Amino acid sequence: MPLRLRHNNRKQVNYMKLSEIIKHVQGTVLNPEVQTDAEIIGGCGADLMSDVLAVVKPEAVLLTGLCNLQVVRTAEMADVRAIVFLRGKQPMPEMVELATQKGIPLISSQRGMFECCGRLYCSGLRSFETNMNGSHE
Amino acid sequence: MSSTLQETQGRKGRPITDNDAQDITRIEELSYDLRIFEVMSREVFTLAPNQTIRDGLELLRIKRISGAPVVENGDLVGVISTEDLMRALTQNDLKSPIRTYMSANVISVKSYEPVVKALETFARTNVGRLPVTNEHDQLVGMITKGDITRGVLVAIRKDYQEEEIRRYRVRHLFEDITSDRTSLILRYHIKPRDFINGGQASSHIKRAMLRLGASAQLARQCGIAVYEAEMNLIIHTTNGGILRVQIEPHRILMQTTDDGPGIPDVNKALQPGWSTAPQEARNMGFGAGMGLVNIKSCVDKMEIFSGAGKGTRLMMEIHLRPEEKFSAAEGTEEPGI
Repeated sequence: MPLRLRHNNRKQVNYMKLSEIIKHVQGTVLNPEVQTDAEIIGGCGADLMSDVLAVVKPEAVLLTGLCNLQVVRTAEMADVRAIVFLRGKQPMPEMVELATQKGIPLISSQRGMFECCGRLYCSGLRSFETNMNGSHE
Repeated sequence: MSSTLQETQGRKGRPITDNDAQDITRIEELSYDLRIFEVMSREVFTLAPNQTIRDGLELLRIKRISGAPVVENGDLVGVISTEDLMRALTQNDLKSPIRTYMSANVISVKSYEPVVKALETFARTNVGRLPVTNEHDQLVGMITKGDITRGVLVAIRKDYQEEEIRRYRVRHLFEDITSDRTSLILRYHIKPRDFINGGQASSHIKRAMLRLGASAQLARQCGIAVYEAEMNLIIHTTNGGILRVQIEPHRILMQTTDDGPGIPDVNKALQPGWSTAPQEARNMGFGAGMGLVNIKSCVDKMEIFSGAGKGTRLMMEIHLRPEEKFSAAEGTEEPGI
């Protein structure tokens, strides 16, 4: 189905189950011992952690191409509920350990940022990116 | 064999998480910490060797037990189990003395031994209940696997209550201490270029705030502000610096201090997107030029004192709303959005 059509029919949802998000991005959970039935309110895609800290609200999913310890720390500080690493990036064991300790599910997807964000947005997940003029969308 | 599998695979074949590991060690610890006399049943129903099999059957039936120690002159001389009695029954030998059918080879444990000793004995011998004797070999109790489970549960519940009390005390810290001005100061030394541990201090600060009873939103605001400030120390300073948080009932003061190299133009540093971060920091996802901007949006007041070739002092302050004040009574916590 053309993306445009789906965007026109887009119905924003109040939350999306993390399990549903994992299906949309065709992701694999890297620390299955952490609960993955969370309800995610919105999404944010960024490679710069200060951008994440600037815009993200609690209970979000973070999509990122960056793969290091500071991503997990950023998620911890900003109450990000789950992290999706894009383009098949595999976090180091220390990252998985820290995330598990903090109860943050880590998900790895083979897909890229543009496609994953697009799919989640079209499925109705709210954007947590504030535009610089202060408005949403 | 099965225990090695458990060590590597955890319960239900999942890898062991920190949480599981904690549980397992606590129960393991308890099985060494707890002594048999702490969990055993002291009420023991005994038989004498010259009592009849019929007496034995009556005792087991009335007390709903599956075996009893046999005692003569205070000494443990044997045990009689349901199986022993069944053997007598098939021989239609109800009048014989207990002595004829009891096992004289008694396996017992000492009251002062750790619970793990009883567990090992259960596993090795396949018996369901063990007589417990004291240092003079006198019978003082009986222990079953059920007694151990109960004992461990009671001990865990006690642990849990102690933890609850500790949390309660921390939360009411400011209420319990009377002074004209009470403050709690947390201080962290931050090393330059230590990207691996970057954020650890902020993590501790956020956790401390939550333990003190701060709302999720307040803890998050503080967390983000000190995290950006901590990363600034790691990325920019020559010798690292000090991150200091002063928690008072009505406000939070956060401050970083370092001895250089200083910010030549503070106004420029405050512009969104302006950054002097080196490639190393950018590779870690920092250097977007949003650090100070982010801090400003999380705090009520921010001040920077710096200059080229001087140290930098960054001061941040959050005023607590009346309902967020630490001296406030319970029930002020709210989920932050």
